[in-house]
Amino acid sequence: MIAVRDNRDTDAFASLFGHFAPRVKAFLMKSGTDAAQAEECAQDVMATLWQKAHLFDPSRASVATWVFTIARNRRIDALRKDRRPEPEDITWGPEETPDQADVLALQQDSEALVSAMATLPDKQRHLIEAAYFGDLSHSEIARETGLPLGTIKSRIRLALERLRHAMK
Amino acid sequence: MPDSIKHHLTDDLLMSYSAGNLPEAFGLVVAAHVSMCDECRARLGAFDTLGGSVIETCPGVEMDRGSLDATLSKIANAPQIALGAAPAPGVLPAPVRDYVGGDLEAVRWRPVGLGVKQSILRTSRAATVRLLYIPAGAAVPDHGHHGTELTLVLQGAFSDECDRFAAGDIEIANEELDHTPVADIGADCICLAATDAPLKFKGLLPRLAQPFLRI
Repeated sequence: MIAVRDNRDTDAFASLFGHFAPRVKAFLMKSGTDAAQAEECAQDVMATLWQKAHLFDPSRASVATWVFTIARNRRIDALRKDRRPEPEDITWGPEETPDQADVLALQQDSEALVSAMATLPDKQRHLIEAAYFGDLSHSEIARETGLPLGTIKSRIRLALERLRHAMK
Repeated sequence: MPDSIKHHLTDDLLMSYSAGNLPEAFGLVVAAHVSMCDECRARLGAFDTLGGSVIETCPGVEMDRGSLDATLSKIANAPQIALGAAPAPGVLPAPVRDYVGGDLEAVRWRPVGLGVKQSILRTSRAATVRLLYIPAGAAVPDHGHHGTELTLVLQGAFSDECDRFAAGDIEIANEELDHTPVADIGADCICLAATDAPLKFKGLLPRLAQPFLRI
């Protein structure tokens, strides 16, 4: 992703595409779009990933998270035609970059979350998936899934503090 | 960036917003609060990471033949997205300014009585969202709720039966709460309030309707 962001590397993009495009297509189909529309939207999502690469901040989001937010927004566009109000953007200036230790730590925590998801009892995992596929309007998700979300929150909080500090 | 925010979004609201399941009007209040509150921005980031895990663990569906080339040509034909300039500081958070079409001076207020003014913002119909202007020391009439009401303070502060709410604080009211928000004496209070059902005014509406009923 960094090679796509900084060097506009098409080989790196092709490998991101190979990994994420089929998953995004599956995500959109489970959210209620037919195969043809999901194919079209998955292509749009990957194109947006390239176009907005300069906004990617690896100290606050993994690549999978970044892909998810773009796919979610594309789904809202396609299915609901609603606008999605987005929070005010805060980004690193051209001079500043996130701390590499923060980036690595968040990456490891995000990988740990994926492993933790895989070990959840089926019922809980399906509830979480249902919430993100848009099947549940208000989540009935128990907060006691034991997923390490608190760690990730603290990690992102730290990254935000560094970013705020750099912007001063 | 007020560090003094005491009243935050719930996990349910943050998760529904992250999943893209909130009505637009509620989404605007969440986006506005997150703009003012790094704590909730980080919590939202954690829920987005959960969404990322859902994508990551999703068994893929094969893309059509030639899909990568089609995507590369979409990229080649699309206009470059420019790096947006950081929005100038103002009273209204950036997502609210987008709906108003400017900062506070661009708001078109309509009086609703007792010095209170409102401006309804245009969103999809599932829920409504408005800016409320409560003069210093004035009260919004006592009311209850049929559904959920989210009230975010943008400027000044108000107090009701529950607590005091200052800039950045969010009050989440539901059917159990009847309240009379009163603005602090010090400054006019400006709020962003979203609801998915009409409010139940206790005294005001019956009083207003009475003269007509007696004709």
